[in-house]
Amino acid sequence: MNKILTIIIISVISQALNLNVYAGSDGTLDLNNKRKDQSTEVKDCFETVNRGIFAFNQGLDKIFFKPVAKGYRYLPKPIRSGTSNALSNLSNVVTVPNNILQGQFKEAGINTLRFSINTTLGIAGIFDVASYYGLNKLDKEDYGQTLGTWGVKEGCYFVLPVLGPTTVRDTIGSLANFGGGNAWYNVTIANDTKYFENSDYYYSRLTAGIDFRAKNLEAFNSLENNSMDLYASVRSLYLQDRKRKILNSDETTETMNDDDWEEIDTQ
Amino acid sequence: MFKTKFTALILLISVLVLPLEAKEPSKLITEIVNEASIILSSSDPVESKIIRLNDIAERSVDINGIGMYTLGKYRKSLNENQKIKYRKLFKSYFLKSFSSRLVDYSDPKINVVSEKKINENYTIVNTVLEETSKNPKIKIDWRIYTKNPERPLIRDLIVEGLSLARTQKEEFKSIIQNNNGDIKYLFKSLEEFIIK
Repeated sequence: MNKILTIIIISVISQALNLNVYAGSDGTLDLNNKRKDQSTEVKDCFETVNRGIFAFNQGLDKIFFKPVAKGYRYLPKPIRSGTSNALSNLSNVVTVPNNILQGQFKEAGINTLRFSINTTLGIAGIFDVASYYGLNKLDKEDYGQTLGTWGVKEGCYFVLPVLGPTTVRDTIGSLANFGGGNAWYNVTIANDTKYFENSDYYYSRLTAGIDFRAKNLEAFNSLENNSMDLYASVRSLYLQDRKRKILNSDETTETMNDDDWEEIDTQ
Repeated sequence: MFKTKFTALILLISVLVLPLEAKEPSKLITEIVNEASIILSSSDPVESKIIRLNDIAERSVDINGIGMYTLGKYRKSLNENQKIKYRKLFKSYFLKSFSSRLVDYSDPKINVVSEKKINENYTIVNTVLEETSKNPKIKIDWRIYTKNPERPLIRDLIVEGLSLARTQKEEFKSIIQNNNGDIKYLFKSLEEFIIK
C-alpha cells in the first residue's frame, strides 16, 4: 500500500513541475480562465491509460455503486436526509480552513457556527438546525479549489481507480487532507484518539460516495444513454465543474466564454 | 364565396404587414416549459410525447447553430456536401437525445427566476427545476440567441453551471481527434447513435 502511495506521490510531484504548461497539441481541452480573453488548456496526458481506468471504474460502478445506490434510495427519506446532512456537516472540517486560505472570512465564520450548532443541537449533524437560525448552507471548499484560487493551473487531467476524475492540482490538494488538513482524518486515522476507529473514516467516505451516486442516478443514466464518448463527456463535466467551483460563482455570464458562440450566425 | 376569400386575404395581408413584437426570452422559456409540462404529464403514449416534444424543439431551439458550435474548429474544414450531411445527422441526433432526456420526467416544475442580457445577441434566463422525491433542486440557465428579437432561440442549457453544448462540443472533438482528425468518424458515430 505504501509503495503504491509513493508511486502516486512521485508521479504527482513530477507532473507538478509542469503545472503551468499551456498545451496546444491534440488531446487537449479548451477551458476559460477567469479572464475571458485568456484561454488555458487542460491536457489529458495519459488518455489511453485513463480510458482503461475509467472502464474499470464503470465496471465497479455497475456491479457495486449503482446497485447499492439504488438500494439506498429505498431507505425512508428522513434517513437519507439525515445521512446527507451528517456528511455535509463533516465536510465543514475541510471547508472552514479552505475558506480562510481563500480569504473568505465571513464564510469561514458562518461554516464554523453551522458546524458547532449542527454537531451539538443537530445531533452529529443529522439535523440542519443552523438553517433554522438563518445560517444557510454554503458551497463546499477543498484544497484543490484553494490552489486554483491562488492561480495554480490544473496540470494534467487523469483518472484514479475508484476515486475517478482529477487533475494534478486537485490530487495535490487532496494530499493535504492526509498531511493534517482534514480534522476528521486526524481524529480517526492519523491520531489514536480512542474515540474513533480507522474504519469510521473509510465508512464515511464510502457512504458519501453512495449518497452522491444515489442523488445522481437519473442524471448518470441519461448521460450514459446519450453519450457517444462517455469518457470525453465526463472529462468535460469534471473540468467545467471544478472551474465553476474555483470561481465561486453561480453567474453563467462569468464562467462561460462567448467568443465561440459569436461566430455562429444563423439568423 | 368571393367575400369570404377577400376577407381572408385582407386578414392575411394585415398579419404579414403588422410589425412583429419582440419576444421576451423569459417569456419564451415560460411558454415552452409549460407546453412541455402538459405533454409530459399527459397519459399519451411515449411515441406521441416524443413527437410533440420534438416539435417544440424544432420551433424554439437553434439546432443548426448548436450543431455548428459543437463542431468547434472543424466547422471551418467542412465542404458544402459535408455541411449538408452534418446538419441532417446532427438534427436527428439532437432530437433523439433531447426527447430521450426529457421523457423520463413525468411533470417537471421549472420556474423562471431572472434574466440577464449579455449583449444584443444573447440573454441568459435563470430558472430552477423544483425538488422532487428523486431529485434535488437544480439550477438551469438557458442561453437565448436574440439576434432576431421577434424569434429568440435556445442555444444552450447550463445545468448547475455545466454547459450541455460545451460538453457536446468536447465529446465531438474527442471522437474526431481519436480518429486522426477524420470527420467521417463523427458522422459514423452519429449514424450509430441515431439507429440505436
